[in-house]
Amino acid sequence: MREFVGRVVAPGTVSAPALVSHGGLNTLASFQKALQFGDKKATCGDQNNPDLYNKQMVGKALCLPQTIGSTTGGLVLYCACAMERNPACMLFSKPIDSLAAAGSILASVWLEGINMPVVDSLGEEFLEYVKDGMMISVGADGRVIVE
Amino acid sequence: MYLTDEQQAILNGSKGETLAKVMKTLVMYGETFGAEKMVPVTSEYNHLVTSFGLKMMGPVFDLMQQLIDGGAVSQQKFSVDPRPLDKKVPANFLQNFIFNNIMYAKQESYEQQLQKLGLMNDDAFTCACYLDQVGNAPKKGEILSWAESSAVVYANSVLGARCNRNSGIMDIMGSIAGFVPCFGLLTDEGRKATWIVKVDCKNKPEAQLLGSAIGMKVMEDVPFVTGMEKWLGTELNDENRAYLKDFGAATASNGAVGLYHIENLTPEAKELGASLVAPGAKVYVIDDAELERVKNNYPVVWKDKDAKPKLCFIGCPHLSMQQLIDWTVAVEDGLKASGNKKVLIPTVFTTAPGVKKEFEKTEYAKRLEATGVILSYICPLMYMNNPLAGKMPVITCSNKLRTYTTARFYTEAEILAKITKGGN
Repeated sequence: MREFVGRVVAPGTVSAPALVSHGGLNTLASFQKALQFGDKKATCGDQNNPDLYNKQMVGKALCLPQTIGSTTGGLVLYCACAMERNPACMLFSKPIDSLAAAGSILASVWLEGINMPVVDSLGEEFLEYVKDGMMISVGADGRVIVE
Repeated sequence: MYLTDEQQAILNGSKGETLAKVMKTLVMYGETFGAEKMVPVTSEYNHLVTSFGLKMMGPVFDLMQQLIDGGAVSQQKFSVDPRPLDKKVPANFLQNFIFNNIMYAKQESYEQQLQKLGLMNDDAFTCACYLDQVGNAPKKGEILSWAESSAVVYANSVLGARCNRNSGIMDIMGSIAGFVPCFGLLTDEGRKATWIVKVDCKNKPEAQLLGSAIGMKVMEDVPFVTGMEKWLGTELNDENRAYLKDFGAATASNGAVGLYHIENLTPEAKELGASLVAPGAKVYVIDDAELERVKNNYPVVWKDKDAKPKLCFIGCPHLSMQQLIDWTVAVEDGLKASGNKKVLIPTVFTTAPGVKKEFEKTEYAKRLEATGVILSYICPLMYMNNPLAGKMPVITCSNKLRTYTTARFYTEAEILAKITKGGN
């Protein structure tokens, strides 16, 4: 078991199995197919992300360095939250990027009852340590416990 | 974050609940990135990324309607990304049915929302809004609230404007409020390069391949690119602006670059030189072997990797007038050399509606038509975003299109050979 401490971007607590992307998450490429065609499990459609391609993202603690790609990224994440196809939480090793931050903020201001904790700045060691399927608990103070 | 009395009052609800939520969104956005204040948006026009009435985006349309109903419309007129549909682009019966009745069933109603929110005009649908024929080119130093990754990186790098890589929806929030939080690429410090990229190729590298390699390496950082002077010169002109448009789009889509500097060419690099490079900047050397390695690592996700291409898209981001002319001549020459009269793969060139209108006034329009190439204002990315198109073997020289879809990337020379001479 290891504990990591980051900065709370969107508060909340949750426990979920880890899903790890070592490269940047291309939000549009990852979510668009799932949102477009009724995939409630949000299977990742990004052919360029071997860590996530074809894996289910809903209900997972998504561990990643940052998001990349199209500036539709924030609104895609906002739509995923509104349609309940979002990850259980998003845990960033780096400081959060502007697109992921926008999606998370838009969801918290404009949608009711969204609980998708977001923690950033967890450090490179976090991404090196965490593996798919490990159980993750996120505390309201930005503590992330990996078991 | 410090707010002026006016900004604080809006946040407290002095101008209604909707505008208070807009302000709250911007304040949270700024505080996440350590912004200490808001700064006024100073460009004449905004640019939004969300142009498509995709049915899946119901939550976005609901939010837009909340803004309209709350009287929170944009203080600036804006351009917006390309339309997703054009009857001229080849599609079979089933594709047409899905496009019009399922995927983009909300297109008409969404465009009505855009008009109410402040759309510039009916032709303002392009990702390359800064082209002369479109008329949304901000000046050096102006503060923007734009989205669209390729437009943001161009405005920052080639025009010297200042804009963060804003997300869709966040773009219009800044335009509604009239100010944006000051952080990142809006600050002098945030515009310093943390990578030096040394280009050491024998020949001029393909813009979209070079941009892809740099984007994948530096991700969201700012690169200072050297070694390009022998090909791009030291003064901006139509030719190198088009190169930088395509280069930047690849850096932004294959990575998350919002600003790059080209030594002795882009405005800030010319003005500030090596002082733009931050202490401790990392170094990335790119030679021909490195570009080949990057290209060879692109996954090919076609079911049949040897399939004959059924469609070719050229123009993501949208082609400039000069690029349209150059491609027209290249296709003519290619057909002549191979003894063919028409392109052998259905091919679509995409450009801004304003550029298309101007191009159609030139002699080249008929010459292009004679080659069999279709000219469209469509967004190829949006065309490709469905399972039917996804199963089609589509080829492109756009690294942005490759990244977001199943389209297969080839260099411009390879594409030209395929459409004029044939072969897989």
